[in-house]
Amino acid sequence: MKQSRPFPTLITGMLILIIANLMFGAVSIPLNEILKGFQQGSDNYFTLHEYRLPRTLLAVLVGAMMALSGALVQGVIRNPLASPDVLGVSHGAGLAAVIYMTYFPASSIDWLPAVALVGGLLAALILWWLCGQSSSAIKLAITGVALAALYASGVDFLMLVKPLEINNALLWLTGSLWGRGWHQLMMILPWLLLIPVAFWLAKSLNLIHLGDDTAMSLGINANKLRLVSLAVAVGLTASCVAVCGPIGFLGLVAPHLTRKLVGGRHQTLLPATMLVGAILLLVADLVARTIDPPIELPAGLMTAIIGAPYFLWLLFRTK
Amino acid sequence: MSLSTHNLSVGYHNNIVVDQVNLTIPEGKIIALLGPNGCGKSTLLKAMARILPPMAGQVQWQGQNLHKIPSKQLARKLALLPQTQPIPEGIKVVDLVSYGRSPYTGFWGRINAEDKRIIKRVMQETKITELANQLVSELSGGQRQRVWLAMTLAQDTPYLLLDEPTTYMDLNHQVELMHLLRQFNKQGKTIITVLHDINQAARYCDHLILMKHGEIIRQGSPETVLTKALLKSVFSLNAQIHQDPIAKTPMCVVE
Repeated sequence: MKQSRPFPTLITGMLILIIANLMFGAVSIPLNEILKGFQQGSDNYFTLHEYRLPRTLLAVLVGAMMALSGALVQGVIRNPLASPDVLGVSHGAGLAAVIYMTYFPASSIDWLPAVALVGGLLAALILWWLCGQSSSAIKLAITGVALAALYASGVDFLMLVKPLEINNALLWLTGSLWGRGWHQLMMILPWLLLIPVAFWLAKSLNLIHLGDDTAMSLGINANKLRLVSLAVAVGLTASCVAVCGPIGFLGLVAPHLTRKLVGGRHQTLLPATMLVGAILLLVADLVARTIDPPIELPAGLMTAIIGAPYFLWLLFRTK
Repeated sequence: MSLSTHNLSVGYHNNIVVDQVNLTIPEGKIIALLGPNGCGKSTLLKAMARILPPMAGQVQWQGQNLHKIPSKQLARKLALLPQTQPIPEGIKVVDLVSYGRSPYTGFWGRINAEDKRIIKRVMQETKITELANQLVSELSGGQRQRVWLAMTLAQDTPYLLLDEPTTYMDLNHQVELMHLLRQFNKQGKTIITVLHDINQAARYCDHLILMKHGEIIRQGSPETVLTKALLKSVFSLNAQIHQDPIAKTPMCVVE
């Protein structure tokens, strides 16, 4: 049932997809032209270096970070339905961005990521303030879902009363890698520092799965672990949402699939889920770009098409 | 004596469940906490395991306030088997048992030869060696209980605290578990267990602690604790005390 060596398979799969993402798009570039294309002055230099390469790398990083964030949240909430979307972080970031776009349409788009980040962190703080430090996992998840719905209706309200700016916001809100390049890649780089922090939590996350009482008896401070894990997860999610918009279901589906693949031990699960997340977003973006070129669908739409039925299946299976 | 409570009050949300209890755990014995539902026996156990913080007073380990001891260090002294356990997804039996070694491993949780030796031994003792590579979620209730017991044993602590370990088990598994506890006790472990079954406690435990309304009513050997009058006042039960024909321990028979 389980693969004994999942990492070589996953890494190979990811590399193949990276090459595929470089090759295919509105214009196909044959495999043997790819390497040549990175030399300045070659025919495909602009397409590859300025367009497809940063976008592909961004898909890898965002996919990996969203998946890792989801694994951390599922790790401490002990609920297979939990994910950063469920906690309301993604939608909080989305609402902040739409408010910004609606009321400051003239200001620089460069500020959008920062605003989304503040919104995501605020959403997390509100959740924390409502639930308190020692609240139960279920209470946290339910409150998060309620808040997410509230933020989503806030977005709808703004779009109805200020329909002029709707296009811009809509594009961003579906979660897309379109038009993202080196600039966005550089913005996300500092947040990679959260990855080693997440790995450092792996051992404790195993123990919290045995219940708070057992974890505490094994020397873990359950509340502190929850706080640190959720803070790291919020940082990862908010930084991704800031760059790509909320790419739905990735944080839910990736850790879940990975658990089926490699089991629940976090020392294996965390790195493996990053690879699975990267693979999922690479596939989503590849399909979104090649399904009907030159028209591009948002990658977030593709993840939602796969993710929503998966979520429903999970929901029915849990009952 | 290693574990003791001093004017200890514990509860939930200002409801005092354990009320100013002074208790010294006799070392090297099997101790049973007994009493009707809601008497505070599980709460007292959790306070001694540092799961619940005291509202007043303190629990001490070798004269030191339990809450002042670094948690990893304390995890090498006291292990707790809670009453109910979640069923972790995608975890193999051998992995779950190895989690018991956490207080001894580094940040990545890597286990060394010594850890492996202990894991192998406790799996043999609890008879789960052949389950090693099965998923915990696919086991029966009785098997799962043994796996969790093995995990707490892997913690390799001088004290083992159990919260109603036999409540949801078939009778044969209950007997098996109590025999195991006796065996670990002979190896030098002090065992504190909350039990529902008075006769089980009398037969397998050395020291009984009888509680009611958050207070200790009486403690001592089964002979001194199981009396007609005490059973009447604590459990509102009309019972006779006879001698168990096999173990020669006191046995209560309800009238």
